[in-house]
Amino acid sequence: MKNRVGIVGVGQTHHKSKNTDCKGQELISIAVKRALESADLTMADIDAIVIGNMDHFESINYVDMWSVDGSGGYMKPIMKVTTGGTTGSAVGHAGFYHVASGLFDTVLAIGWEQNSESDTTAAISTCFDPITEREFCGGAIGPLAAQYTAYMSKYGATEEDAALVSVRDHNNAALYNPYAHLRQTITVEEVMKSPYISYPMKFLDICPRSDGACAVIFAGEDKAKKTVERPAWILGVGDCHILVHLADGIGLANLPSLERAAREAYEMAGITDPFRQFDVAELYVPASTAGVTWMEALGLCEEGGGPRLIRSGVTNMVGELPINPSGGVLATNPIGATGLLRIGEAALQVMGKAEEKQVEGARVAVATGFGGCFWSDVTVLSSSTQLD
Amino acid sequence: MAVSSEELGNTGTLKYPSRIRLPYTWHAGKAGSRFYQEIKDHCKIWGTKCPRCGWVYVPPRETCPRCFLDIDEWVEVGDAGTLLTYTITRYSVPGIQPHEPPYALGIIKLDGAGSGLVHLLGEIEPEDIRVGMRVQAVFREVREGNYLDIKYFKPLRS
Amino acid sequence: MDEVAIIGVAQTRYQRDNPASHAEMAYEVTRKALEDAGLTIDDIDNTVTVCNDFWDGRTISCMTITEATGSHKVPTTNVEGDGTYGALMGAMRLLSGLHEVTLVVAQSKVSEGIPAVITNAMFDPVYERSLGLDAINSSALQMRRYMSKYGITEEQCAKVSVKNHKNAKSNPYAHMPLDITVDDVLKSRVLADPIKLLDTSPVSDGACAIIMAVDEVAKKRYSKPVWIRGIGHCADAYHLGDRDLAEVDALVSAARRAYSMAGIQDPVREIDVAEVYDAFSYMELMWMEGLGFCGRGEGGAMIDSGMTGMNGALPVNPSGGVLSAHPVQAAGLARIAEAVLQLRGKADARQVEGATVALAHGIEGACGQGHCVFVLGR
Repeated sequence: MKNRVGIVGVGQTHHKSKNTDCKGQELISIAVKRALESADLTMADIDAIVIGNMDHFESINYVDMWSVDGSGGYMKPIMKVTTGGTTGSAVGHAGFYHVASGLFDTVLAIGWEQNSESDTTAAISTCFDPITEREFCGGAIGPLAAQYTAYMSKYGATEEDAALVSVRDHNNAALYNPYAHLRQTITVEEVMKSPYISYPMKFLDICPRSDGACAVIFAGEDKAKKTVERPAWILGVGDCHILVHLADGIGLANLPSLERAAREAYEMAGITDPFRQFDVAELYVPASTAGVTWMEALGLCEEGGGPRLIRSGVTNMVGELPINPSGGVLATNPIGATGLLRIGEAALQVMGKAEEKQVEGARVAVATGFGGCFWSDVTVLSSSTQLD
Repeated sequence: MAVSSEELGNTGTLKYPSRIRLPYTWHAGKAGSRFYQEIKDHCKIWGTKCPRCGWVYVPPRETCPRCFLDIDEWVEVGDAGTLLTYTITRYSVPGIQPHEPPYALGIIKLDGAGSGLVHLLGEIEPEDIRVGMRVQAVFREVREGNYLDIKYFKPLRS
Repeated sequence: MDEVAIIGVAQTRYQRDNPASHAEMAYEVTRKALEDAGLTIDDIDNTVTVCNDFWDGRTISCMTITEATGSHKVPTTNVEGDGTYGALMGAMRLLSGLHEVTLVVAQSKVSEGIPAVITNAMFDPVYERSLGLDAINSSALQMRRYMSKYGITEEQCAKVSVKNHKNAKSNPYAHMPLDITVDDVLKSRVLADPIKLLDTSPVSDGACAIIMAVDEVAKKRYSKPVWIRGIGHCADAYHLGDRDLAEVDALVSAARRAYSMAGIQDPVREIDVAEVYDAFSYMELMWMEGLGFCGRGEGGAMIDSGMTGMNGALPVNPSGGVLSAHPVQAAGLARIAEAVLQLRGKADARQVEGATVALAHGIEGACGQGHCVFVLGR
């Protein structure tokens, strides 16, 4: 990497099921102002902007142009990146590349979505091939449910294991994250009793859809050091978009895209023993079941080891490797912002600014994004410019 | 039944017609709501004024895009203004146009506003429209709190 | 800056109702760009696709061409904007030092959708959208404002259309090569005064790909690669009424950035050929002003002088420009591809003799709200 890149500011809205107070651009501007404030910067410090969302959730074409009223993009370089559910993490990576390229010194990355403005599942369904798939495919839950059914039969995981993930993330959101959308504590029993949406997935196993925005400020090494005492340095990025036709085969147990993206990011960052090296993880877990199955793709456990890790409690706030102190996606899901929130939350942890949700002494963190067609993005962050 | 040569057309391949139909409900926000409320209830057009650059935004903004500062000052602008530019739309696009074409559109700089307002022009023949002419808002009798509560702008005769 | 070179380019022929699917078009240009660069897909270490969910009629539209572009094999991202923005993203990946060879692919099948409905969605749903604004009538508002502020005439705008359609006759990829006169343009059907049918660009399907490489790779493989010398992009205010539509502030800013990076001080003398995004005839005149090729309001006099013609001092759109082929997301990337061909001296019948510095330009949003400028040289 020619130019080191650090995160110096993070801002987000209070996520809700319906943010009816705000027009879209106003929602964006709240997150942007909070990010600037957190870094003690003004819009004049921003050299370029990257923004992303998913078009058909709000039906606004050329959001990069439309958002200028709220993004601060007036007479600034601005572009849009969108890759489905991975939009937020792709926007974060684009922000990183803006600075890493040396073309821009301070860059604002924005993810947002006002899901309440449309029918989210109907909009997602338009991702299926219009000629061969669209008329009978719907939403994103089915494939994840099918994956967990296969995982349970192969590795002896249970529905309760998934419920434990749901309880962990919901309760973290309720106890520690004032910005989270869902803030009720729940129990395993409540998850198990909630109605099936798509076997083995129950209502409390799946993510909500939220209105919200997130803004993250990336800066070059000198600027980052001048701006904050402890920036969150980006040590590695990886992204992998594989598979196009769902029926071609989802990794039944694992998530191959996450495995490859992690390999890329780890190699760049020098991560060789992820479970020991990471102090905290913010993972894009769209359903509790994925919180059981995908840890192995990140190298956090052996194949089929997800249930062991979850049952042992090491991923809880007081455990050795807390996962999703923010409550993650199960508590908050403004789709175009969701992946960027993972990066932002991981950054806050290594910056020591995560407040109630702070994991003591967190120095190295991993953030992931998931979406599109079972695609994955991985980001490794640290309070040091390189690992020991 | 075999695919007919007519279905295959001159490219020799099939076309598969479809339409994305999705419901949307957009949030107008506080500033937008007040803008529409003033039009609906009082036939008045209000904007917001940036505390730094003094630009008066119509439609109103909560943040000045130029200065990126919060705005809280509301100012009433005139319902009359000057026509900056115009066009007559002469082609038909089903589903998106407010009127059967031809219909006239213009950008009107309302008295006291910094921004121009894009809107319909009415009560005038296309050939009589001139850049720089004075126009005035005509409000609908029955108003619903939307952009078309202003029916159109008509020539202002002094 | 001579750090990133463009080593491969490819375009489909632009046409209405291309029977190829999005993926087939993307595959065609991917394969041809690799051939052009003398590479295989295994040499590509990252990709950028340029897909737009509205124009493609599909959510997460980039997945349509993931495999066709080899994007499933390497790190990838999707820029939703003009193709020039995709090229910028690709260049940033290389400049980071983390990648060596980037493939950028943009494609569009404009004939599959209803452009007026798709461009109506550019306008704010709470405000102007209900007026039935689209790319044509909003541009008509801009053209009228430009004409009235600076005394530009419809004839001067028509001359752009005549020039570019004629240039297209030398471009095998062009959709609309035409022999027309100023009178033909003026007498063509009025769509939204003052815009007439022959002031507009066609509904085109097509794809374009470029391959970029870092200097070590480029220098090893090619004796005289085409270098990216400068890039700039910038956006103006969103609402049409917030801008003076006769002005080109965002383009001035984007160009200034690209020129400063490229060390260009006197663009009209230093640049040999320009490919600009003339979605409507009048736009080419305004973009000349924004790019500093003439003074404010002098775009009309510039076309009158013949300076931007094939035999002029600064030929503009030798390819026929966007007026002669408008595959939306790909149109700006095609400007870069054409500029590369010019610098290689491989533009055949449309070659500008001795071109060593070229400019390529793309736009974004309504009435050129956003601009992206590339300066290339060899």
